[in-house]
Amino acid sequence: MAKVTLTIDGRKVEAERGMTVLEAARLAGINIPTLCYLENLNAIGACRVCVVEVKGAKALQASCVLPVAEGMEVWTNSRAVRASRRTTVELLLSDHPTECTTCIRNGTCELQALAESLGIRRVRFEGEKHGGVPDESSPSIVRDNAKCVLCRRCVAVCEKVQSVKAIGPQERGFETAIAPPFELPLADSVCVNCGQCTLVCPTGALHEHDDSELVWAALADPGKHVVVQTAPATRVTVGEMFGMPPGSVVTGKMVAALRRLGFDRVFDTDFTADLTIIEEGYELVHRLQEGGVLPMITSCSPGWIKFIETFFPDMLPNLSTCKSPQQMFGALAKTYYARKVGIDPADIFVVSIMPCTAKKFEARRPEMTDSGYPDIDAVLTTRELGRMLKEAGVVFDALPEEPYDDPLGVSTGAGAIFGATGGVMEAALRTAYEVVTGKTLPALDFQSVRGMEGIKEATVNLDGTELRVVVAHTLGNARKVLEAVRVDPGRYHFIEIMACPGGCIGGGGQPIPTTDEIRKKRIEAIYRVDRDMPLRKSHDNPVIKVLYQEFLGEPNSHKAHELLHTHYQPRYQYAQL
Amino acid sequence: MLYRAHVLVCNGTNCSLKASPEIQKEFSRLLPEYGLDKEVKVVETGCFGLCEYGPTVVVFPDGTFYSGVKVSDVREIVSEHLYKGRVVKRLLYQVPPAAKPVQVYPEVDYFRHQVRVVLRNCGFIDPESIEEYIARGGYQALGKALTAMTPAQVVEEIKASGLRGRGGAGFPTGLKWQFAARADGSGPKYVVCNADEGEPGTFKDRLILEGDPHAVLEGMALAGYAVGAHQGYVYIRGEYVLSIERLERAIAQAREMGLLGKNILGSGFDFDVEIRLGAGAYVCGEETALFESLEGGRGEPRIKPPYPTDAGLFGRPTVINNVETLANVPVIIERGASWFRTLGTQKTPGTKVFTLTGDIVNAGLIEVPMGITLREIIYNIGGGIPNGRQFKLAQTGGTSGGVIPPELLDVPMDYDSLAAHGSALGSGALLIIDDSHCIVDVAKSFSFFFLHESCGKCTPCREGTLQLHRIMERISRGEATRTDLENMKALAQAMYVAPLCPLGQTAPLPLMSTFRWFESEYLAHVVGKTCPAGVCPVDGTAARAAAGCAAREV
Repeated sequence: MAKVTLTIDGRKVEAERGMTVLEAARLAGINIPTLCYLENLNAIGACRVCVVEVKGAKALQASCVLPVAEGMEVWTNSRAVRASRRTTVELLLSDHPTECTTCIRNGTCELQALAESLGIRRVRFEGEKHGGVPDESSPSIVRDNAKCVLCRRCVAVCEKVQSVKAIGPQERGFETAIAPPFELPLADSVCVNCGQCTLVCPTGALHEHDDSELVWAALADPGKHVVVQTAPATRVTVGEMFGMPPGSVVTGKMVAALRRLGFDRVFDTDFTADLTIIEEGYELVHRLQEGGVLPMITSCSPGWIKFIETFFPDMLPNLSTCKSPQQMFGALAKTYYARKVGIDPADIFVVSIMPCTAKKFEARRPEMTDSGYPDIDAVLTTRELGRMLKEAGVVFDALPEEPYDDPLGVSTGAGAIFGATGGVMEAALRTAYEVVTGKTLPALDFQSVRGMEGIKEATVNLDGTELRVVVAHTLGNARKVLEAVRVDPGRYHFIEIMACPGGCIGGGGQPIPTTDEIRKKRIEAIYRVDRDMPLRKSHDNPVIKVLYQEFLGEPNSHKAHELLHTHYQPRYQYAQL
Repeated sequence: MLYRAHVLVCNGTNCSLKASPEIQKEFSRLLPEYGLDKEVKVVETGCFGLCEYGPTVVVFPDGTFYSGVKVSDVREIVSEHLYKGRVVKRLLYQVPPAAKPVQVYPEVDYFRHQVRVVLRNCGFIDPESIEEYIARGGYQALGKALTAMTPAQVVEEIKASGLRGRGGAGFPTGLKWQFAARADGSGPKYVVCNADEGEPGTFKDRLILEGDPHAVLEGMALAGYAVGAHQGYVYIRGEYVLSIERLERAIAQAREMGLLGKNILGSGFDFDVEIRLGAGAYVCGEETALFESLEGGRGEPRIKPPYPTDAGLFGRPTVINNVETLANVPVIIERGASWFRTLGTQKTPGTKVFTLTGDIVNAGLIEVPMGITLREIIYNIGGGIPNGRQFKLAQTGGTSGGVIPPELLDVPMDYDSLAAHGSALGSGALLIIDDSHCIVDVAKSFSFFFLHESCGKCTPCREGTLQLHRIMERISRGEATRTDLENMKALAQAMYVAPLCPLGQTAPLPLMSTFRWFESEYLAHVVGKTCPAGVCPVDGTAARAAAGCAAREV
């Protein structure tokens, strides 16, 4: 890369050609404040917070989009720059609700932090505020446009990463609002509920639909037997809510914390992840042997499910009919478990702790009631759990490590890796290999499907049979894979899709911030959990074996189909006005 | 066929709204009655200019100029003038009424002081006839360039002419072309004609396109040849129905004659033009927002650099020029840069087309040499201020320009002189305001305009235009304090430099400009709680009542 030398605040700075002034300044240890900018995602020069003075330029320049040039002279902190920045932030504040103390992002709000770092103590401008009533139509995501600073990071992630384009700027000028086309409610849009927008929103304008009150009420109800399941990815992230470094494995502390909240039983979604592998694995083998629809595609990620229903409805037969581990858990909790403990399923309240906002939507799908009751009664994201624990005064750090309850808390390492991109594929391959070949797998780790690369292809030799697989995370990558399959349907046998970048560890319900750096640390932690488990193959899970003996019969049995499988519905891509 | 006389009926938008199509029909109906249909030809022209007194009818060969013609007047013109050769005196231009009537148009002051280069054909030819354009020398320049000049020579000629962009910014056109010509040629390049004329009070591009669409097409083809582009787009306001209609017809005619399309004039050069309609957003006149809109996106400005000549429409090198700029091009190529430089000033050669409106006797479309003073325009061409009022200010450059107070009436009208006084030549609006108007009330209409037209992308413009307008409203209601004035000034300073595009950067300009020249009138509102012109509702009770019951503007 060719180097250029520029002067920033009187200091000579070397930078690579093609870099922005913001990047060059940060490398040189000079901090320029930003708001709409988000590395690798959004550099649009819209908020004008990162403006700098450039010699020879009439106006101030947004450093996030200003390329460095040889001999350029830049001031990041001149009187004019500071005056402009302050005015800009004051203008934003003049049009922002002053309800920081009751805001869901109190303490994690970037506008709050910006105002603090710029030392803004008064706002010279006053006037009406834009926004209106929050849109709570979606079970997953709340849009509170009054708090929107129009940074468009949400628009960028929805379009560039997820290729969904559910939201964009509507109206113009002061009336501009980020909303679905025609300013329809989010629930009536193509939004797939992935919640990536809630991760990138700097303020409280986009956030998860908070269901904690439902859970508090159930916990306080003596007539309810409240059980909780924890998704694979939550055990490597909930610690971040309490200031622990990304990548901290806090499985035992999380179990203890949930007991402190008063849950009657603390179970593990990893258990039904193992069960998913058995059901889905047999489904795949069946499709391969009986000439079923191929490639088969995983169905654990509810954002992905709504995506394919909306944008690729013709490919729904390719989806595995398996419910997601969350829903399988609920169906079993209200049948098998209820019978086992002798409690009326009507009195059982099932809570899920999920890294995911789309799980809230999935839990409310009308077809998810095969036991006669809703599989799941309430879904909490990692963030909601963190906040409940804080409210309850749980000192997370000081908690002991406690084990899950039996029987639905027993799992293998294969279940744990469901939390990372490639994990479902790897878990499935561990089992498929042994089921198909009857041999013991020589090496458990399928490195080729791990990691942050967007689309990972691999070919696995199942005793002479070549199994062509592909793993994709983010819906943008999923779209690419599906388009390739449309052109060449025989390209793959089995496809894993996770809606969120990095898989569930990067889910829309995870702690803020969630960056690629943090995602990588969480993924490493997930594989540490796997490595440290005594059992690492789903078909070795002893409780799964008992479950089939006592209740389900055999994989893909009639009962299994009744409770653990589902169907899908095509959805409209365009608003039905 | 040869005719003894031609009757030119102005059918620009202004006259056509005053029944000029019916006048033309009446001529066509009555001429045969007098047996004149073989001798006299009726021509529907584009705007002839003196819109205030339209519909206008000019009878050639003598050039008799009839203004304010009604359908019921046509019989008299036919029976008297065309049949008997007697001028209908009562229809001659006679302003003020006590003045002596003027018979032929070149003697009307309004026309006498103009220099018509861009408007050379407007009002003289049928804009729907390519033959008439060609008869007046049209497409000669294109023929000359394609057969006798290299693309580089075309660029050089435009550079040498000193032509500067007539959309308002005044960027040297030849330099722009040179950048585009030298830009990456591995893929397509484009020529875009910016006809999204959005400045309030400006309608010169509309009338140029209505009156002489081929001149613009020829200019585009020349630009395409110069920079190596084969596709042009005219991005035009959807409301410009007549311009669009005539432009469509002109494109079809030019294609049919091989003046657009493949292998133009057998030279091997391909160039075609398509029309794209805008939906009326002011910001889409900003070139990069225009590209976004043209590509089908939301009309919002892009970050520069890259500049359009490197990455413009569809990310490819693009020359984007204003209608008037392009209409200048064929004349420059045909008559040469040195001829062009005989017009206007040293730094800004050529002419400028203005739409002269407001409190002025002769409102309409005019073309004058660059460097003329406002005083000459108002009093020689415009006929002065009507109703015995005094000149108070002129708004040049539409809302984005500053204002010109009486003190600056003798400043030459060119980019640099006006900029030196905190104003702008702008795109060609010339709004004259007399002393019956309140400066605060005038400025408030500017601040409302920007509030309404901000695209909403960047913070200072989106939020700042609202704040500016609210402060103006408070001043107007007599509710503002000195702190409001201080805040307005501070905000204006920030807005000059902070927003993403020129819309936001110029939004405070008209306010600050009016404040600079009319500070005492502002202070009368703020401190004295009075409106010297008696326009603003400064009385507190009335203002509160109004605020309580009247719907807010936004």
